Amino acid sequence: MATHADTRAHTDTKPHKGAAEQTPPAGRPFWAKWFEFLIERLIGAAGVSAILFVALIFFFLLREGIPTFLQVPLPQLFGSRWYPIEGMFGLWPLIVGSILVTAGAVIMAVPLGLITAIYLGEIAPQWQREILKPLIEVLAGIPSIVLGFLGWVALAPLVQRLGAPTGLTAFTGSLILAYMSLPTIISISEDALYAVPKEYRDGALAIGATQWQTIWRVVLPAARSGLVIAVMLGIGRAVGETMAVMMVTGNAANVPAFGLGMFFEPVRTMTATIAAEMGEVARGSLHYNVLFAIGIVLFIITFAINSLAGRLVGGQASRRKRGQL
Amino acid sequence: MPGYTIRLILSAGCLIGMTWLGLTACTPAQPAAETTAIPLGDQRAIQNKGSDTLVNLALAWAEAYQQVNPNVSIAVTGGGSGTGIAALINGTVDIANSSRRMSEEEIAAARANGIEPYEIPVAIDALAVIVNRQNPVSELTIDQLSDIFTGRITNWSEVGGNDAPIVLVSRETNSGTHTYFLEQVIRKGDKNNPDIFAPQTLLMPSSVGITSEVRRNPNAIGYDGLGYVSAEEEKLIAVARDSRSPYIYPSVATGADGSYPLSRYLYMYTAGEPTGVIADYINWIRGPDGQAIVARLGFVPLPSP
Amino acid sequence: MKRQQVQKIAVGVITTVAVLIVIPVVLVILYIVVRGAGTLSWEFLTAPPYNGMTQGGIMPAILGTVILTFGTAIACIPLAIGTAIYLAEYAGDNRLTRLVRLAIVNLAGIPSIVYGLFGLGAFVLFMKLGTSILAGSLTLGIMTLPVVISTAEEAILAVPQRFRLVSLSLGATRWQTIWRQVLPQALPGILTGVILGLSRAAGETAPLLFTVAAFYLPELPHSIFDQTMALPYHLYVISTQVPGMPLSIQFGTALVLLLFVLSLTLAASIVRTRMRRRREW
Repeated sequence: MATHADTRAHTDTKPHKGAAEQTPPAGRPFWAKWFEFLIERLIGAAGVSAILFVALIFFFLLREGIPTFLQVPLPQLFGSRWYPIEGMFGLWPLIVGSILVTAGAVIMAVPLGLITAIYLGEIAPQWQREILKPLIEVLAGIPSIVLGFLGWVALAPLVQRLGAPTGLTAFTGSLILAYMSLPTIISISEDALYAVPKEYRDGALAIGATQWQTIWRVVLPAARSGLVIAVMLGIGRAVGETMAVMMVTGNAANVPAFGLGMFFEPVRTMTATIAAEMGEVARGSLHYNVLFAIGIVLFIITFAINSLAGRLVGGQASRRKRGQL
Repeated sequence: MPGYTIRLILSAGCLIGMTWLGLTACTPAQPAAETTAIPLGDQRAIQNKGSDTLVNLALAWAEAYQQVNPNVSIAVTGGGSGTGIAALINGTVDIANSSRRMSEEEIAAARANGIEPYEIPVAIDALAVIVNRQNPVSELTIDQLSDIFTGRITNWSEVGGNDAPIVLVSRETNSGTHTYFLEQVIRKGDKNNPDIFAPQTLLMPSSVGITSEVRRNPNAIGYDGLGYVSAEEEKLIAVARDSRSPYIYPSVATGADGSYPLSRYLYMYTAGEPTGVIADYINWIRGPDGQAIVARLGFVPLPSP
Repeated sequence: MKRQQVQKIAVGVITTVAVLIVIPVVLVILYIVVRGAGTLSWEFLTAPPYNGMTQGGIMPAILGTVILTFGTAIACIPLAIGTAIYLAEYAGDNRLTRLVRLAIVNLAGIPSIVYGLFGLGAFVLFMKLGTSILAGSLTLGIMTLPVVISTAEEAILAVPQRFRLVSLSLGATRWQTIWRQVLPQALPGILTGVILGLSRAAGETAPLLFTVAAFYLPELPHSIFDQTMALPYHLYVISTQVPGMPLSIQFGTALVLLLFVLSLTLAASIVRTRMRRRREW
C-alpha cells in the first residue's frame, strides 16, 4: 500500500539510518550468533514474566493467607461481626461494604461515563474534544489520596449537611470512586463506539434517522460488547480502591439494613480493612493471616472480572495486529 | 543515528540497574533493623513506635532530647499500641509505645521470639469523653456510656439530649485507647463481660479523626486522651463512676489525684531491661525535663517519687 | 416533529451531562491550588518538618517520592520494554501469547493494596529486604508494568513494516532490526508510556504502606535499604494522624503532590505531540 510517505522511504535510507553500519555477514564478530540467541531468549523470558508475576502474587497471597482457612471455620469466616481483637473474623460486613461502595459508584459512573463517551465520540465538535479529552486524562492522573483528602475535608461535611447522621458514609465513598472510575469507563467506551464502522451510521442516517436515533438504536447496540468491557473494568477499578474510601466511609464494620438508606450509613471495605490493620498485626498471627485471606478474596474478584474482560478484548487486539501486516 | 545515544544510555542504565538490583536483592547487606541498641558512634536511630495517644508526646520528647544530645537520633512512628507491641514482638523496634498494658498472649508471643518485654510507665493520661459543642448533654455515668457505645441507647433523647441519632466515634481496634475504653467503660472493668462496640461505630485512624468528626457533627460522641482534646473546640463530658457518685470533669488535676474515673498509665516497652543509649533516653523521659513536656502537652505527669 | 424534539432533548441532555462531568475536575484542581498555593515557598519545598511536623517543610517526602520514582523506573522499564518487544515482534498467535496478554490485563487490575500485601510477603519478608526503598521500588515497578507494556507495544506496532522489511532485506538479523530501526522510531511513544506509568506510581499510597513508608524519620535515607518518607503517604498521615496540623500545610502538600504528578502527565503529553510532528512516517 503505497502512500506518499512510502515514496519518501526510498530516499531515506541515508547512511545515518544504519545502512553504513551494515557489515556483510562474513564480517560479523564470532560471538554475534550467540549474542542474538541470548537476546532472543531474554526477550522471551521478559515476555512470560507477566505470567510469572501474576502467579507469584497469587502464590504469596496464598502462602500467608491459607492458614486462615485452616484455623477459622468457614461459617465463622462469613459471620457478621468483624472484631479482630476478640477473635471475631466475620468477613461479611467487609464484603457488604465493598459491594455497597462499588455498586453506588457504578450506578453513578456508568451512565455518566457512557453519556460523556457518546458526547465525545458522536456529538462534540473537534475543538471541544481537544479540551475535554486532556481534562479527562488529567482526572485520571489525580492521585487517589488527593481525592480522598478532599473528600475528608470538603465532601463529608457537605454530605452531612444534606441530612445524614454523619458525612462518612458509603455514598461519600461511592461519589469519589465514581469520579475515579470515570476516565476508565469513558476511554474504553469511546474506543468501543469508535470501533463501530462508519457504514452503520451512514446507513441509518441515509434512511432518515436522526442523530439520536442512530446512536440509540444502531451505534450503542453494535458497541455493546465493548461497553460491557468498559463497565467491567470500571467495576474492577472501584473494587480495588483503598485510600480514598478509607478516608471517607467511616470504616464501621456494619451491615446496613436493606433499603435506600443503606448507602447513607458508614461501611468498611475490604481494602480499607487491610490498609488500616496490617500495620498493627504481629507477623504470623491469625489476624495477619486473615488480612492476607481478604487479599486473596480481592485478588479472585478482580481476577475474575479482568480475565473475562481480557478475553473479550484479546480477540480485538490480535485482529488489529494482523491488520498491520 | 537517531536516538543512538539515548538508547545507549538507556540500555546501559537498565543493565546496570537490573544487575545491581539483582545482586543486592539476592544478597541483602543487612537484615531488618536489629533490636538491641548499638553504642553511640553508630549511625542507627532509636526506633520508637506505637501508640497514637503517645505519638505527640514521643515526638516532643524526641525533638527535645535530640537538641540536648545531637549525636542520638530517634525515629518516631504512630500506628497504635497494637502496632508498637507487634513490632516489639517481631523484633523490629527498640521502644514500643503503648497506652495499655501488654496482654498475656502478647507477652507469650514475645517470649516465644526470645524477647522479654520490660514495662516502663512514662506518663498518665486522663481519657476524655467528648461531644459536639452544640450538644446539651454534659454529664454521663459509666453505665450510660457503656449502653451508648454498645448500641443499646441510640438516641440522644434517652440521656437527656435532643431527639437525634447518636453517632459513635472511636479509634481503630489497634489502639490502646480503644482497648482501654473497651475494658474499662464498655465492660466496666469486668473481664468476663462479653460486650463490644456497636458495629456501626465509626473507626477513625487517629485522634485527629475523632476530634474532627466530633467538632463538625452535632450527633457525635467520641473519646480520646486529654492531651488531644481542647476544651474550646469540643465539649468535655463529666463522668461519674455510677449514678450516686459525683460527676468529674477530666483535667490534669483530677487525673493526678485519681478522682476522674478514667485515668490510666502510658507505657514504653523494651526488649529486656534497657541499657546504654536507650536507658539514658528513658531515664530522661521519666526525669523532670521529660515530665515537664508531659504537662505542657496536656497529659498528667508521673507522681513525683 | 416528535423525532426532532427527542433529538434536541437528547443532545441537550448529553451535552449538559458531559460538560457537568468535567466541571468538578476543574473545580477540584482550582480548589487545591487556591488553598494550597499560599503555603508554597522555597522553605516549604526544601526544609524538613519540625515541631511535630506542624511547621517547616516537606522536603524529605518530596525527595522520597523522587527516589521511589527513579527506583520504579529502574525496576520496571527493562522488563516492560522487553515484554513489549516480545509481544510486538516475536510472539505468535498462540495460546502462550494469549496467556501473556491475560496476565498483563490482570496485573493492571489487581488492587493496589494487594500489591502492597505482595510486596510485604515477597520483598520485605521472604527476600528479607525489610521495609526499604528497594522493596518499595520493586513493588511499584511490578505495579507499573502493565501501563508501560501496553503503550510500548502500541508504539512498536505503530512503526510501519517497511522499516523492518528494508532492514531485513539488507541482511540484518531480527534483533539488529529491532535494536537499530524499530526501537529508535518507537522511542518517543515508549517514553510517553514510561512517563505516564511513573506518574501513576508517584501518586500511589497503598503499595507503600507496608513496604517503605515512614511516618517521621529524623534523617534522610542513606541507602536503598533505608525507609523513606513519601508524598502520598505524607499527605495521608498529616491529614488524619497529626493533631494541630494546620490546614494550609495539608493543602500545600496536596498541591505539591498534584503538581508533581500532573507535570509528569504534561511531560508525557508533550513528548507525544512532539513525536507526532517529528515522526518519519
